[in-house]
Amino acid sequence: MSAKKLNLKDKYRLLTRDLDWEYSYVDRKKAFPYEEFEGIKITDWSKWEDPFRLTMDAYWKYQAEKEKKLYAIFDAFAQNNGHLNVTDARYVNAIKIFLTGVSPLEYQAYQGYAHVGRQFGGAGARVACQMQSIDELRHVQTQIHAMSHYNKYFDGFQDWTHMHDRVWYLSVPKSFFDDARSAGPFEFLIAISFSFEYVLTNLLFVPFMSGAAHNGDMATCTFGFSAQSDEARHMTLGLEIIKFLLEQHEDNVPIVQKWIDKWFWRGTRLLSIVAMMMDYMLPNKVMSWKEAWEVYFEEAGGALFKDLARYGIRMPKFVEVTEKEKEHVSHQAWWIFYNYGHAAGFHTWIPSDEELDWLSEKYPDTFDKYYRPRWELAKKMEAEGKRFYSQALPQLCTTCQIPMGFTEMDDPTQIAYRSSDYEGEKYHFCSDGCKHIFDEEPEKYVQSWLPVHQIYQGNCGGASVEEVLRDYYKLNLGADNLDIKGSPDEQRWKEWKGVA
Amino acid sequence: MSVRAITPDYKVQARDRVENFHGNQIVYVAWDRHLMFCAPFAYALPPTMTFAELRDQVIPEAFGLHEEFAKINWEKATWLLDNQPFTPDLNQSLQAQGVGHKSVLRFQTPELTGFQGKAV
Repeated sequence: MSAKKLNLKDKYRLLTRDLDWEYSYVDRKKAFPYEEFEGIKITDWSKWEDPFRLTMDAYWKYQAEKEKKLYAIFDAFAQNNGHLNVTDARYVNAIKIFLTGVSPLEYQAYQGYAHVGRQFGGAGARVACQMQSIDELRHVQTQIHAMSHYNKYFDGFQDWTHMHDRVWYLSVPKSFFDDARSAGPFEFLIAISFSFEYVLTNLLFVPFMSGAAHNGDMATCTFGFSAQSDEARHMTLGLEIIKFLLEQHEDNVPIVQKWIDKWFWRGTRLLSIVAMMMDYMLPNKVMSWKEAWEVYFEEAGGALFKDLARYGIRMPKFVEVTEKEKEHVSHQAWWIFYNYGHAAGFHTWIPSDEELDWLSEKYPDTFDKYYRPRWELAKKMEAEGKRFYSQALPQLCTTCQIPMGFTEMDDPTQIAYRSSDYEGEKYHFCSDGCKHIFDEEPEKYVQSWLPVHQIYQGNCGGASVEEVLRDYYKLNLGADNLDIKGSPDEQRWKEWKGVA
Repeated sequence: MSVRAITPDYKVQARDRVENFHGNQIVYVAWDRHLMFCAPFAYALPPTMTFAELRDQVIPEAFGLHEEFAKINWEKATWLLDNQPFTPDLNQSLQAQGVGHKSVLRFQTPELTGFQGKAV
């Protein structure tokens, strides 16, 4: 047999679009049961433009090359004790948040894309989702390998999947993805591919990866570069899905707009963790959260939405709130963790005097007025030997699940309270955005697994907070949690560096 | 509005119904303009607890960390219950005076302005 070599174009067609066929004995609607219930109308799947333009054989070859290089760098990092080259032991806590909060989302993304990759009637969309699904699975694996080195030398890395499923603040990222994955396939793509990967992803990856570069973390930095070409393809899928839906039918426009409104706000709340990382956790700062928001959302996002205006899409609802929030969220978020540092799987601390001055400079309108006094109080109490931790559990927002620590933006010393009544029950929210999301789909959020309420319902073991932390969350108390001052992490770091 | 679900007549039970709290109800308490405490506290309390017990036994444990707490003149403090002005009756139970499951109680002490007078 002589095998004829296919040209690239034919190969591409055969390995993507030609994977579909006409169904002779199964009703197409039964084969794709999730395609219609969201109200999205698809008139012609053939109009889908493949964002990846990659066949599976080329994909494997390309990724294998990339990963060979990546793992060579991980090996070198480990052999050269790369952890000693990071700026400070404090830096590693940002990586703990990444491993427990973000890497499991890569795994959720893998599962989510594998699911929707089965559910679309168009072969082009199915193949694109399948490819992204495999990307996400690779990302979670390479992230685990990149960070495994730190597990040998620092606390808080040991039980990250278990922690992701149980620890109170990790319910924020977990519930974000659970929300997306329990939606229909089109909403999932608008949520993750468009709102997150396209509009907001630079705010997650650029700060973390530049943060890694600025703080001597070669392993994380190299992972970031390796993932970059995949992320570019993911952004292309985000843009394709939105243009495709908007061009298919005008009835899709209000549905898509509603999803953009929802997922933009969900995303900004999720990113408050990145905000505090940039402003408080990186010993060498990259830029302030406010600056990052201006560059990556206000400028880049502004241009994107200008482009989408011709389809009848406007800026996301509550975007005007984020313009004010960029001055406040990082400070309010880190204060929450400082308050509850005894219940966190990473260390917290008071910013140094130089860092306080940097924050004053970066936030001239808000920091000295509202936030420096909080740190002055913390410093005073610490100096008196009374580093304080909150002695009762916090109230959580029903939608984003973050403690209700965000304030009114026009009255920043007043906690923001919003609430709704639904079927005789009260529900509380941190913001108009979170209340709006609940009011649109109350059936979904009345099921929120709010960690504080779950503890009180007796579903998290133990009668005391200490038992919940130790037995249910599996934190190594006294090592993983509490202030960095006096922690085993800090002690070891000082020994390695030969400082008293 | 309601959720679009693939299941017709999608119905669920709320996860945080009062009967799931083993005889307690959730009450949130906050001290306005004292942001040393980053968020309101959530307590699981018997509905039969008196307001005096809440104020004098429950609240001091966490709020007592603040240096101004000992200076509170409870005669002058004002309260909001679920965003409405509220005059607590110390001897009545929470339930009897409308402090229900997932109610928010906020107290205000305008003469105490927080650390450095900055609402902290």
